Amino acid sequence: MASLDRVKVLVLGDSGVGKSSLVHLLCQNQVLGNPSWTVGCSVDVRVHDYKEGTPEEKTYYIELWDVGGSVGSASSVKSTRAVFYNSVNGIILVHDLTNKKSSQNLYRWSLEALNRDLVPTGVLVTNGDYDREQFADNQIPLLVIGTKLDQIHENKRHEVLTRTAFLAEDFNAEEINLVIEKRYFLRDGNQIPGFPDRKRFGGGTLKSLHYD
Amino acid sequence: MSFLIDSSIMITSQILFFGFGWLFFMRQLFKDYEVRQYVVQVIFSVTFAFSCTMFELIIFEILGVLNSSSRYFHWKMNLCVILLILVFMVPFYIGYFIVSNIRLLHKQRLLFSCLLWLTFMYFFWKLGDPFPILSPKHGILSIEQLISRVGVIGVTLMALLSGFGAVNCPYTYMSYFLRNVTDTDILALERRLLQTMDMIISKKKRMAMTRRTMFQKGEVHNKPSGFWGMIKSVTTSAPGSEKDKICKELKKEVDALEELSRQLFLETADLYATKERIEYSKTFKGKYFNFLGYFFSIYCVWKIFMATINIVFDRVGKTDPVTRGIEITVNYLGIQFDVKFWSQHISFILVGIIIVTSIRGLLITLTKFFYAISSSKSSNVIVLLLAQIMGMYFVSSVLLIRMSMPLEYRTIITEVLGELQFNFYHRWFDVIFLVSALSSILFLYLAHKQAPEKHMAP
Repeated sequence: MASLDRVKVLVLGDSGVGKSSLVHLLCQNQVLGNPSWTVGCSVDVRVHDYKEGTPEEKTYYIELWDVGGSVGSASSVKSTRAVFYNSVNGIILVHDLTNKKSSQNLYRWSLEALNRDLVPTGVLVTNGDYDREQFADNQIPLLVIGTKLDQIHENKRHEVLTRTAFLAEDFNAEEINLVIEKRYFLRDGNQIPGFPDRKRFGGGTLKSLHYD
Repeated sequence: MSFLIDSSIMITSQILFFGFGWLFFMRQLFKDYEVRQYVVQVIFSVTFAFSCTMFELIIFEILGVLNSSSRYFHWKMNLCVILLILVFMVPFYIGYFIVSNIRLLHKQRLLFSCLLWLTFMYFFWKLGDPFPILSPKHGILSIEQLISRVGVIGVTLMALLSGFGAVNCPYTYMSYFLRNVTDTDILALERRLLQTMDMIISKKKRMAMTRRTMFQKGEVHNKPSGFWGMIKSVTTSAPGSEKDKICKELKKEVDALEELSRQLFLETADLYATKERIEYSKTFKGKYFNFLGYFFSIYCVWKIFMATINIVFDRVGKTDPVTRGIEITVNYLGIQFDVKFWSQHISFILVGIIIVTSIRGLLITLTKFFYAISSSKSSNVIVLLLAQIMGMYFVSSVLLIRMSMPLEYRTIITEVLGELQFNFYHRWFDVIFLVSALSSILFLYLAHKQAPEKHMAP
């Protein structure tokens, strides 16, 4: 339980996209029966064997910090939320595939979370504007997850998935679209070479889960 | 011929209001959600359009624009449409969307929404019984019956909102009530919050490790389900239940800690908000609002006083403020001027201001309310509820605004709305306003007292 084994991953996204269900599924291996509003931040822990089966196998505790609220919250709530963004190892951005606005808000979420670390380099981040440059020197790995895939009609799935592929590309992130309740539907976004080790391990966690 | 021109003017303005409601819906209310049911948007905009048209007709009445008979016709038509929407359409759709959210009843949506609507109608009808609002001359489905009930609900809402607003407004504007918050307070609270999160994490790590070792040793067994399983679990005790017990204990501690972390989060957010308000009050704008706050508090005290007097002395004002003001200036100050001309313009300005501020205030309050309580599932239902409230609010505004207009302009409202007991509505408004204002004072006082104690504790 030493701090060496600690990996902190933020789970961000709009209200009602399924962050709490996702975290519960990852940590308890069970579907969350009665999701309710997250006030503040709820944390859950998953034990993961990094590089399982190899001689370098090591057990990590992944802390998933599920931060509640919306991007348009009052600035007092945003300042309070900023307390959770310290020393983050990875960020999972969750959006709802049935709600376009939640995908658009992901830009603002990532800006809010990364602001903490960009400030020391003196980069001035304008509110709401998206600029790919801001993510260019970002060292923190990002993963984009789209939820509620089963609620989209068969015909529209293709265009929705294309749109989200562009989204993931903008972030230099890997992408996974899934259905929290029924099954995983895995789809690789871009394979970015030179990702830090921790990210590989984060993606590996999800790839290794198969449910029916 | 003039009727056609008048009608086309009315229809153009209605289309304008409809467009405004549509834009408001898209830009403000639903800016975080994707609109998938256009019915909701249409209903909201239509309710808004017809409500605003009613106000427009009042203004036209005062200014004398348009032909008198065509005004009367449009009043009647407008009223019928609004009542149709408020009593039939919106409740039905609310029931329909509520039922659609519940998975079990998905197949027989229409049936259940009709059932819900019938229940609503029953209670709506029963609402009229305890109130002395009608003369028994009129039939069941007349306009008077429906309007009287809608009026009661709307007036109650208006009085509640006014009472709370009258008290809350000076409280937020004046900086006298601001608690003193320093940076060290905030930092201390943040530290406590992070410590609590760390404790939660360490407990969860233990739980996860315990579960993992149990799983690896194959001690995990499925929870007995079903009726016989429950009976079995009472009598037998499973092996490895110590680890289970540890997990359960940890879970209880974790729940308590999570509750604490939520409290701390809310308190920290509160402190940040207060700090921002303190900084704002030092700016020029803040000082201006502070000054306004003093005015508003005097106005609020005066209104409460007047409401009490009205109730205690059983007095209903017969004249409106405009005529009374003119009387005062003519009789006491000796200023002579053309009464008819000025009363028309002054009442137009006064009524216009009342209308505009109440529409704006209502829309802002609705937006705040909507942001606070809606989620992606319930957004449709909540918007329809808000449309219903908005419609009822505007209808009862028309009832009450009659009081602020000089006698010659009141006739059309009296004609169209029939023989309602208008005095009853004013009395009811005063009572509810008083109750709401006093309970808001009590509520704010308690909240104010409780807050500094919370974060003074070591």
